[in-house]
Amino acid sequence: MQTLTNRSENVDRSPMTFVESLYLPAIVKGMGITLKHFFKKPATYSYPEVKRPFSPVFRGLHVLNRDEEGRERCTACGLCALACPAEAITMEAAERLPEEENLYREEKYAAKYEINMLRCIFCGMCEEACPKDAIYLSETFTPSDYARKKFIYAKEDMLIPNKNTEKEDYEKALGKDVPTTASAFFD
Amino acid sequence: MADVPNFKVTIDNITVEVPAGTTILEAARKIGGDIAPPTMCYYSKLKGSGGKCRTCLVEVSKGSEKDPRPMPKLMASCRTTVMDGMEVKNITSDRVKDARAGVVEFLLINHPLDCPICDQAGECKLQDLGYDHGKAGTRYEFQRRTFPKHNLGDKIQLHMTRCILCYRCVMTAEQLTKKREHGVVDRGDHAQIASYLDQHLDNEFIGNIIDVCPVGALTDRTFRFKNRVWFLKPLNAHRDCPTCSGKVTIWNRGDEVFRVTARKDQWGEVEDWICNECRFEKKKTSDWVIEEVSPVSRHSVINQNKYFNLDKPKETIDEIIGKKPRLFLDIHNVSKVNEKNRDLSMIEGPANSKDFKNKQQ
Repeated sequence: MQTLTNRSENVDRSPMTFVESLYLPAIVKGMGITLKHFFKKPATYSYPEVKRPFSPVFRGLHVLNRDEEGRERCTACGLCALACPAEAITMEAAERLPEEENLYREEKYAAKYEINMLRCIFCGMCEEACPKDAIYLSETFTPSDYARKKFIYAKEDMLIPNKNTEKEDYEKALGKDVPTTASAFFD
Repeated sequence: MADVPNFKVTIDNITVEVPAGTTILEAARKIGGDIAPPTMCYYSKLKGSGGKCRTCLVEVSKGSEKDPRPMPKLMASCRTTVMDGMEVKNITSDRVKDARAGVVEFLLINHPLDCPICDQAGECKLQDLGYDHGKAGTRYEFQRRTFPKHNLGDKIQLHMTRCILCYRCVMTAEQLTKKREHGVVDRGDHAQIASYLDQHLDNEFIGNIIDVCPVGALTDRTFRFKNRVWFLKPLNAHRDCPTCSGKVTIWNRGDEVFRVTARKDQWGEVEDWICNECRFEKKKTSDWVIEEVSPVSRHSVINQNKYFNLDKPKETIDEIIGKKPRLFLDIHNVSKVNEKNRDLSMIEGPANSKDFKNKQQ
């Protein structure tokens, strides 16, 4: 049979020599390789004590953004739901009342907005489709949980805290003063 | 009537024979496809429409057999009638393409970029025109024209900022209903569609002005912000209506009727005018006899993410395993969207925060 690459080798099926049948040299050789790795830099991180730094283009948990005045940017235009290949996003829109102008940026807003994190594949299409800069994928994972129902994220779970009224929460959400521990461990 | 002679006209190298007195646009539509120029103001069902938006400009490279000189300027094809032996260039002419891009830029000068909010998005003729013929950016640097809010009754929402002044709605109101209740007031940049003294439009066919509007200037208030058109499934349906033909398109999501519109042909023109009762009052599937799924262009966003047939696939899993499967998660128990006791389609006007608060308990 013609081989696909020239790297293939035929298995040697000749009977073992006396030294080979002792197995000891092979065991010593194998242990040597194992021992060598004790003195190498580990390739893994001890998560969650050590956290890997995220790449700036990492696509994690969704964040719903607010504008400079702290109003919700989302207008429930449905483009994220349309772009979503996993059909994870659903929403219901409502009209803004005159007294709600400080809450919502446009005259229409998302009264209900849900992302099913069990369906979401974190492809970032929603972020790309959004014409209002309202949805972003952040540099965090979706926290694990025991119950499936905890993975239906409502608007309140994803909305970024208002930077004018909830300053502390907002700073925390930005996560700037929480450095990834990996750099502290290895540098 | 005297015998009308047939004229031969060649549009983009395709020859078609049409009776004398036909406009170039109608002749091009007879050929169909990309050759038919786009229209924003012309509406074949309305007398006197056309000639205002200039999107249907074509180049006449040969006037007629007797006078073969080309016409010096681009002609509005909706208002120019064909001559025998006329040769017309539409998509094969660079001049037309350039002029059309300019026209789109002019139409968009004062048009707000609020497609994410606008209910017309997805079926908007100006959106299509901008995508097909427009340029990527605008050179306009000034304040866009705005208007004080004006109410045309509780069923029709007027957004004057989005209006491109095509006059279709004015003509519909004039020709379909006996009494003209609204029109264009003021001139030039201040021109606006309005009704004097905030009169309500209460003719029983006035809802058709929503369908003829090429942009989102006139929209259905009973559908306002309820859903996006591309999440809805258009179904051709009919009912026994004493005032109109009763042949409509209902826009469903599941079993909820979100919107009722007239049926539209391939040029986006209404086939049969429908009455206000059919349009605004009949928001239940049981009110209608569903015939078929409306044909939608393959390239339309309305075609996205849905199966275009009426059959609901049968759930076979219970039969095969002999019992109801145990669900790990019934999404309806957790999800707050599309709750069972909140039917947005049943709310009179647009939903607001009160609708969402009351129903939560």
